[in-house]
Amino acid sequence: MSDEQIDHETGVGTTGHEWDGIKELNNPLPRWWLWTFYACIVWGIGYTIAYPAWPMISGATSGVLGFATRTEVAQDIAAHEAENADLVAALNAADLTDLPPTDDLHRYAVARGGSVFRAQCSQCHGQGAAGTTGFPNLLDNDWLWGGDQEAIAYSIRHGIRNDTDWDARYSQMPAYGEIFEDGEIAAVVEYVTSLGNTDFDASLAQAGEGLFMDNCAACHGNDAGGNRDLGAPNLADAIWLYGGDRAALTETVTNARFGVMPAWGQRLSEEDVRAVAVYVHALGGGE
Amino acid sequence: MGILDKHAILERSPTLLLVSSLLVVTVGGIVEIAPLFWLENTIEEVEGMRPYAPLELAGRDIYIREGCYVCHSQMIRPMRDEVERYGHYSLAAESMYDHPFQWGSKRTGPDLARVGGRYSDDWHVAHLKDPQSVVPESVMPKYAFLSETAISGEYIEDLLRTHRFVGVPYTDDQIAHASADFRVQADPDGDWDALVERYPGAVVSNFDGQSALTEMDALIAYLQMLGTLVDFSTFTPDASR
Repeated sequence: MSDEQIDHETGVGTTGHEWDGIKELNNPLPRWWLWTFYACIVWGIGYTIAYPAWPMISGATSGVLGFATRTEVAQDIAAHEAENADLVAALNAADLTDLPPTDDLHRYAVARGGSVFRAQCSQCHGQGAAGTTGFPNLLDNDWLWGGDQEAIAYSIRHGIRNDTDWDARYSQMPAYGEIFEDGEIAAVVEYVTSLGNTDFDASLAQAGEGLFMDNCAACHGNDAGGNRDLGAPNLADAIWLYGGDRAALTETVTNARFGVMPAWGQRLSEEDVRAVAVYVHALGGGE
Repeated sequence: MGILDKHAILERSPTLLLVSSLLVVTVGGIVEIAPLFWLENTIEEVEGMRPYAPLELAGRDIYIREGCYVCHSQMIRPMRDEVERYGHYSLAAESMYDHPFQWGSKRTGPDLARVGGRYSDDWHVAHLKDPQSVVPESVMPKYAFLSETAISGEYIEDLLRTHRFVGVPYTDDQIAHASADFRVQADPDGDWDALVERYPGAVVSNFDGQSALTEMDALIAYLQMLGTLVDFSTFTPDASR
């Protein structure tokens, strides 16, 4: 502000800037604005003292309030766990096969398991647990590895055919494309088709029966009813994980299938595993 | 009024104003950014982190090329809901070999910082080819072409070298075997012992289920290792960070 100039009309000083005779009034800032501005500066300084802020030589200042997001999340989780500590302890101690559906603990497990299921399991098994090609339906009565609560919990905890858990359920079907001769696969496929359908080639199916008994029955059973110790599916129940038409069956016999489920015991807490098992069991297909 | 009178000099010389503004912004930048490069606690020490194996690195390039980061973040924030859904909150060390980092800023899809090992390879193939086949409510586009696009790893050595140039500690040994490591990671029948020795924790699998080495293999190799490296059993969080 060079020479203080007074605008004659208003009696207010001007900034000295002039454009073609027009001058800018130098009104003071509104008081309220100015004080808010100063208050913000003071608050800003206080904030950097209270909270982590200034970088120093080997670390940043930690702030007098001792706030840290990591501490906060740990406290949040601890507080939440404390709220449910009784129920969690009871769930971990309970015999899952012997939990009456009317019991509060059962209701808690279903609610907890349901939310874990929707966040962690639904990507493969579906929001409604109806599964899709290659990922089993958990609503029906067809269980590959057993359908009581403990068996379901085991499958969740250790997973299926994964490389990360030594106790994972494991079995491997051979790829018969390398074993069967030409035409033999078609015969076996026809025999398997004949188990649950009325529309099949009887002579071809008859040829396949012997091959089935020699090669497949060891795992799938003479009656093709499956074997849960091996996760060998029932082939006579018209429930198919990878499709039951001739094309899908041919693919299955030729290249085999190798469905993998991660070991969720490595990611979820024991109570979450148990809760999901109770939830899945309660969906309708549980034994 | 002294110094305040001098601002007229700045205001009347655009070049001088530009240079002075730059200086002021630089001071702000130095104060805010520079300490992070020297502060000892910027990246905490954790066990298990290693540079990406060649196939994973190629998959990461595909991830960036396809713009996965536009819808998927790789940054689990320290909040209860995120920790319960995605796992342990992300650590700075987990992206120290990322150039550029993939933290992302928007989640149309879920966070992928710990997606590794969460789904089977089969699921990833089915999901990338046709996301709606496994998650009907998904809005993700289809990436079926990935399994039809073969990759040879022709430039994989150069890619490792580039990353070494910007600070990733690839050894001469790792660069020399880049091409072999690149192929063997998708070949469980191959001799992959040396790969796992060079890149501890590397998952060897025929990711896409086909004999040919495709972009699908590379992308799934990358996805299957995300967030799996840090050994959290030996990790004690420093609360003050």
